[in-house]
Amino acid sequence: MIRFLLNEQIISVEEHKPDTTLLEYIRQSKSLCGTKEGCASGDCGACTVVLADINDNANGLTYKTINSCITYLSSIHGKQLITVEHLPSETELHPVQQAMVDCHGSQCGFCTPGFIMSMFSLYHQNAEVSHQNIEIALSGNLCRCTGYRPIIEAASLSCTSPTPDKFDKNSEQTISKLNLLKEEKGESNGYLQPTSRDELRLAISSNPLARLVCGSTDLALETTQLLNDLACLINLKNVTELNHIEEAENELRIGSALSFAEIESKLLKHFPDLKELLWRFASAPIRNQASLGGNIANASPIGDMPPVLLALNANILLDNGKARRVIPAKDFFIDYKTTQMQKDEWIESIHLPYLSKQSQLRAYKVSKRLEDDISAVCAVFKIELENNCVVKLSSGFGGIAATPRQADSLEQVIIGLDWTSRTTMEKGIAALSHYFSPIDDVRASAEYRHKMVINLWQRFWLETSAANPATTTRANAYA
Amino acid sequence: MRKLITPSQKNEKDSPIGKSRPHESAARQVAGQARYVDDIPEPPNTHYAAIGISQSANGAIKHLDLTDVFASDGVIDVITVKDVPGHTDIAPVFDGDPILADNEIKFYGQALFAVLATSDRLARQAATKAKVEITEHDPVLHPTESHQKQMFVRPAHHMKHGDAVSAINNAEHKLEGHIEIGGQEHLYLEGQVSLAVPEEEDRMMIFTSSQHPSEVQKLVAEVLDIKLHRVVVDMRRMGGGFGGKETQAAQWACLAAIFASRNDCPVKLRLARSIDMQVTGKRHPFSNSYTLGIDGTGLIQGCIINIDGDCGHSADLSDAIVDRAMFHADNGYYLADCDIVGHRCQTNKVSHTAFRGFGGPQGMMIAEAMIEKIARKVGEDPLTIRKRNLYREHERNQTQYGMLVENNLLPDLINKLEETSSYWQRRKEINTFNTENSIIKKGLALTPVKFGISFTAKFLNQAGALLHVYTDGSMQINHGGTEMGQGLHTKIAQIVANEFGIPIDDVEVTSTRTDKVPNTSPTAASSGTDINGKAAQNACIAIKERLANHFSQMVDGDPNLVVFKNKHVVLGEHQISFVELVQQAYLSRVSLSSTGFYKTPKIHYNRETGKGRPFFYFAYGASVSEVTIDTLTGEYKVDRVDILHDVGKSLNPAIDIGQIEGGFIQGMGWLTTEDLLWDSKGMLISNNPATYKIPAIGDTPRIFNVDLYPRANDEDSIYHSKAVGEPPLMLAMSVWCAIKDAISSLSGYQVDPDLAAPATPENVLNAIEGVISDGRIHES
Repeated sequence: MIRFLLNEQIISVEEHKPDTTLLEYIRQSKSLCGTKEGCASGDCGACTVVLADINDNANGLTYKTINSCITYLSSIHGKQLITVEHLPSETELHPVQQAMVDCHGSQCGFCTPGFIMSMFSLYHQNAEVSHQNIEIALSGNLCRCTGYRPIIEAASLSCTSPTPDKFDKNSEQTISKLNLLKEEKGESNGYLQPTSRDELRLAISSNPLARLVCGSTDLALETTQLLNDLACLINLKNVTELNHIEEAENELRIGSALSFAEIESKLLKHFPDLKELLWRFASAPIRNQASLGGNIANASPIGDMPPVLLALNANILLDNGKARRVIPAKDFFIDYKTTQMQKDEWIESIHLPYLSKQSQLRAYKVSKRLEDDISAVCAVFKIELENNCVVKLSSGFGGIAATPRQADSLEQVIIGLDWTSRTTMEKGIAALSHYFSPIDDVRASAEYRHKMVINLWQRFWLETSAANPATTTRANAYA
Repeated sequence: MRKLITPSQKNEKDSPIGKSRPHESAARQVAGQARYVDDIPEPPNTHYAAIGISQSANGAIKHLDLTDVFASDGVIDVITVKDVPGHTDIAPVFDGDPILADNEIKFYGQALFAVLATSDRLARQAATKAKVEITEHDPVLHPTESHQKQMFVRPAHHMKHGDAVSAINNAEHKLEGHIEIGGQEHLYLEGQVSLAVPEEEDRMMIFTSSQHPSEVQKLVAEVLDIKLHRVVVDMRRMGGGFGGKETQAAQWACLAAIFASRNDCPVKLRLARSIDMQVTGKRHPFSNSYTLGIDGTGLIQGCIINIDGDCGHSADLSDAIVDRAMFHADNGYYLADCDIVGHRCQTNKVSHTAFRGFGGPQGMMIAEAMIEKIARKVGEDPLTIRKRNLYREHERNQTQYGMLVENNLLPDLINKLEETSSYWQRRKEINTFNTENSIIKKGLALTPVKFGISFTAKFLNQAGALLHVYTDGSMQINHGGTEMGQGLHTKIAQIVANEFGIPIDDVEVTSTRTDKVPNTSPTAASSGTDINGKAAQNACIAIKERLANHFSQMVDGDPNLVVFKNKHVVLGEHQISFVELVQQAYLSRVSLSSTGFYKTPKIHYNRETGKGRPFFYFAYGASVSEVTIDTLTGEYKVDRVDILHDVGKSLNPAIDIGQIEGGFIQGMGWLTTEDLLWDSKGMLISNNPATYKIPAIGDTPRIFNVDLYPRANDEDSIYHSKAVGEPPLMLAMSVWCAIKDAISSLSGYQVDPDLAAPATPENVLNAIEGVISDGRIHES
């Protein structure tokens, strides 16, 4: 039985198909039609709702946006689901709602409830409300009418000095209700929620056809776009072993089931150069759900994190419940959407070796749109220098072949050369020139991708070579 | 009847006119209480329809096996074109749009059959299970190929002024150019949806997300083979339209109605997003070229323009759309002796349709492309060339279609914007920046807009309204326009409240319904407020006359002197509260309901001669954009935008500014990231929001200044306001020109970059490479 709070009401769902989406449930079973379907693929944000859960210190609530169209109902057990209808008090609109009215932030109004929920989450984040933070918080919401200016203004107006709202005032009751609900495991027919390595092994062996799911931002597209029925799901989100992040002596060990939002602060502490890439990774609601493990396991040729893992020479820890094995990231991806993982295996954690003091890391993403777009090309470079001489170089590229790839040839020709010399950079160009065989697709032509591999290498050289310290090389917002 | 009451013209202090009232639905929209078609509580026994689509773009159906569709879970009914009781062609103007394919396949995504099931999901699953055999032919996918093969959906149209060939031959310089302009997906956030509810006998009630309820009514009646009076269409609001629900909403309403009629149950048809994107028409891509003669100062002496509009497989509205491209090939500039031809090219694509601007934007892009070409040729700043070529007051003041450009606001408007945006100061700063930076370059451009207001099909320039006053003084106004977010209903409520001097909360604008106001025009061509506002005002005047007569009889005064203000009606020293007068009138058996009607004056156009005055007036505007481009990748950022736009005397500044900002960003999307791509089989591959990128929040420029040009419309429009729906979209041409400016800086502004629209990073990089010939290596 799945139990959760729908706004203030405790809901118990006895029977449901495991692949019922949260949006279907909200609109069809609960007739809460304020939440809209715009695309059913997590790209527009019209279906945004907020999940409240007890924070790590167990003394308050966190409010996270998610796309209800690509979330399974079964995954919200033990949480509070907040929909747009519930925001106003008995007498007045919520401050974020009133600000949207006052700033003329709604025109056709169809995207508006989604924006309201993203603003509501921002309202509760106790974060500095800069223009950039507003953009990040609302990056998953598309509006086709307003041009966003009044929406940004409304967010700024309402979230800058938030006063306690009814959710703050009710938080103690909400926490105790959620604690009560969490006592149950939240499993149902066709939906398993193992909490340990052993349970996970058992779940997989007794349900060989089940699909593993964590954030569901990719798997749910099979449900909503391919219209496949998924009869059995195993949720990894409660498996202890997959859910912690450890700053080990030589490496950062990231549990595979942790969401990008959950790993952001530690990841950026050790790898600050990944900030732009992380912020441009899909959108805030997707990052609240999607896990690093999922991003690797689905082996998309374009996923933005695999090139990072390749350039960092990361290792991937696989497990089948009996034996663990470590695979270097460069050996993990075999072919289009194919990896080294065996049928009964899962990813436990991803290990990123720290950068040495002499190392520099850069991650570049080129896409048509800055935010929430899949890259045409993603290129990540790491270089280690000693007296301007290249000691180590590693790279990772996405969007240039059937799998994410390293450029071994580049690494071979550059080691030992003088990094300040233009000739070194040009040797790199020669090594990269015909190394990959990208394809034409909707995002870019093969020819453009070829050029990007070379030009991003050139950008890397311009940015990191001591001879060119002051060159402005990027036009984008986060530079 | 003698006209007793003149419309309220003055903006009184307590008048709602000219005030930034929030959108009438805003409080409900933010609380999730505003109801769209898919949110209407479903009547009992509602079933769900889906369509099965063609996976070929050109051919004939050899065999269509629907056995597995019928056998699929939850399926109730399956129909093909043979099951349509009445008309099978649902084209809006000229034939050619079968409701379901009848043997011939004309585009990838064409609906072949429809299926009804017990749930949306089951219907959609069933729709994928047909076995279709199609005899395939190679699709024609580019208008240039259509032109060569003489494949047109309608005959070409010509506009001529003087002798273009001689003018060009005699000119000091001759320039030529070609520009490819991409189309645009509407991406209204609410996809296409209709709910058909069968009523007594053969009557049908339709709830639809449509900009044109009257056309839906007509087509539903025709496919069901019943008369129009048996069909009622109700349309409260759309989650965005932008032209994409002018003709494109009808097919889904018709299919739902056929199922509802056959199965005697309510039927909803809501398209999944990727289906919606594949099966509904888009903004027309265009392929345009020009030959131009100029004098030494860059003044246009003559031009020949060839316009090839990619209409898709059928005419739809393409005749008027390509016409509008031709009407706007001048933008704000005098083309002198010119010869313009517009071809309606037929391709194996979905039939392209109305989209904000309606061909105007693609026409204006020619003008701006020509100006840029001239500026680089004569070595002057493009702004100087723009100003030099603007329409003038006493000479060089007639368009290519013979209309005099009167009350031209552009010279003054541009001067003001030039100053407030510090154009020349920034030009200097940008030159310095570009000298100091080798990889990153900045660009700046100011572009104007002159957009003709009125439907070019004259008969559409009519509107009706129906006003009911109730005995508590509250009223309902119904009119032929539809609300899609543009604030039309808010403005109508303001007009009615202003006419009676009552609070706006006492005016309810009801859903658009074909049983209240008949034979309406689509809400399109920016005309919504202009024509429906006047019709509503006329309905108000009719009731005000009756009330004034009644009051003047009560106090024995002159009805001509009655004034409605501050919730009261005043005649000399006599005053009565509005509510009380309404009640007195009711008791005295005075009718408190009236229709209102309006038709736009002055307009005419002769397609035989290509001459006339197709537009009641022009709306003007100008914008300045500053961009930064990355010459290594072609990526760019729009840093700052300044806009000065003419809405006449604004009815609601907040709503007008909202239209300007939103139109600008939508136009910017069209010219930058929104990239429609079809594969060689004719399948749209940018068919979902993951692959088709409209502007997101970070694309809004950090500095975005928008001002209204303070001048009343010289024509007698509603309170001398001007239409605002479409014109601002074209302000975004300044972004495209600013990107070109930044690229041109690489050549010391000698070369006019060849930049296709949309200016995706890839297209920008290609243009950069076209400009610099010294390879990819930059000295730092």
